[in-house]
Amino acid sequence: MINYVYQLVSPKVFSVKYTDIDLNADRVIIRPNYMALCHADQRYFLGQRDIKVLNKKLPMALIHECCGIVEYDPTGTFKKGQKVVMIPNTPIRKNPVIFENYDKGTYFLSSGHDGFMREFVDLPPDRVVAYNGVPDEIAAITEFVSVTVHASTRFDLAGHKNRDSIAIWGDGSLAYTLANVLKLRFPESKIYVVGMDSRKLSHFSFVDGTYFSNNIPEDFHFDHAFECCGGEGSFYAIDDIIKYINPQGTVTLMGVSENKVAINTRDILEKGLTFVGSSRSGRADFEKAVELMETDAFQKRINKIISVDTPVKSIKDIIKVFGDDLTTPFKTVFKWDM
Amino acid sequence: MVFGAILAGGVGSRMNISDMPKQFLNLGDKPIIVHTLEKFRLCTRLDHIYIGVHPDWLTHMNDLIKKYIGECDDVHVVAGGGDRNSTIFNIIDDIEKNFGENDENIIVTHDSVRPFVTQRMIVENIDAAEKYGAVDTATSAIDTIVESDDGEFIKAIPERKKMYQGQTPQSFKISLLKKLYGELTSEEKATLTDACKICIVKNQPVYIVEGEISNIKITTVSDYKIAQAMVGGVKN
Repeated sequence: MINYVYQLVSPKVFSVKYTDIDLNADRVIIRPNYMALCHADQRYFLGQRDIKVLNKKLPMALIHECCGIVEYDPTGTFKKGQKVVMIPNTPIRKNPVIFENYDKGTYFLSSGHDGFMREFVDLPPDRVVAYNGVPDEIAAITEFVSVTVHASTRFDLAGHKNRDSIAIWGDGSLAYTLANVLKLRFPESKIYVVGMDSRKLSHFSFVDGTYFSNNIPEDFHFDHAFECCGGEGSFYAIDDIIKYINPQGTVTLMGVSENKVAINTRDILEKGLTFVGSSRSGRADFEKAVELMETDAFQKRINKIISVDTPVKSIKDIIKVFGDDLTTPFKTVFKWDM
Repeated sequence: MVFGAILAGGVGSRMNISDMPKQFLNLGDKPIIVHTLEKFRLCTRLDHIYIGVHPDWLTHMNDLIKKYIGECDDVHVVAGGGDRNSTIFNIIDDIEKNFGENDENIIVTHDSVRPFVTQRMIVENIDAAEKYGAVDTATSAIDTIVESDDGEFIKAIPERKKMYQGQTPQSFKISLLKKLYGELTSEEKATLTDACKICIVKNQPVYIVEGEISNIKITTVSDYKIAQAMVGGVKN
């Protein structure tokens, strides 16, 4: 069957690639239903990646946050019509030690391989997770939630047991979702958020305290921290975290920066800090994310950061949704009707 | 119920490159009509899919289904008629014989040689047929259309922004299509080039679903070469 793949060929320019899907292969055929934009997609769209990276990775279909509906499954794992989320992380082997999202050879759909902006997506059954009782527009950001689930797992494995207080640097969608996940997974810990934007910080009504990054009290201390800023903000966030964190704390880095970031290693050594890099997610994180998203309170909170745009029915609409995303404070989600 | 109707009654007289009707030529690894059938089969809104084939090619079509699709009870092959509309009505006869008559039944007709049809087009056809009764798929004309009676001199140049190029799917409430066709005179029937014209002749509004330029009809050798290039060229 001929499938339409909507590829970004150069910044702000899309073209269609036609591929033949083999319906007799052991792959689940899914019709994408709702998609969500990520900063990484936006950086490709705007051409804000290094020119060498753009030349290497484009043309490529964007989007790695997507839920869909199973249309056909020759493996018999899913029923026709089952609502599912798709895992963009694609390991090539089972590794009992290394998480699948870091293992050598693992590739990622929408980074060097076509993402989900396709008429149909075909995936092996282990890259598909069913969901029930989650509104589709919320299910669209399951991958995003799973990334925060993964980070919380990495912290859980690496961080010492004093967990009275955890600080998050950042006030965007990632920080908001992570705060929700930490609240559920570590209910005994106090969660603090440090940000810059009063409008965004006001959404964090469920945490134990919020601070402006330019007005942090000198007596502010915490056991562990997560950095969710990325970009130019990484330097200042990491520097502040090192300054205020208690000795032997664990710092989980989640923000992506195009440039190298200078770090105060002297104080890292002096305090005996542990830095953990956390990126992307695997199947176990998706399963846990779906479990969390099926709870009412979590859904209601996550719903606050979702802006549902008009359905996408043409390439013109794709360009429009990327433009709209630049004006929304948190996550942009849209129905995929291509 | 909603029925897909893939029209494959032709015998490929415009292709002149093969004795085989064009819908049976390979595009990539499989025949054009199999690509089209697979796209229709993936649409969950369609309950059953009919294929209208020239009587000489019925066995071949059934063999292809067996080979590429396997055992399935949602695909039915019937003999096509002398022209496009006869094939559609042969399919409707079989639908009503097997599933009975129902005013809400919808038929989504489609050229077998348009394998680049998308789910959006199919779904929008079904939605619009439920609402308006008759639907065509068309794209805005890109070239200026000129009108000529004798093929030598231009009679008129219609305003381009009002011009569209018709594609398929074309979809209808079966009861409406039957009623309108039954009201046509023999002279009116002789002017029909497609099913939507049945509605136009009888002043029945036909809703337009936006097509795609890529939804090409593989009719000539050039079309076939373009289609092969679109899916990545010919594999040896």
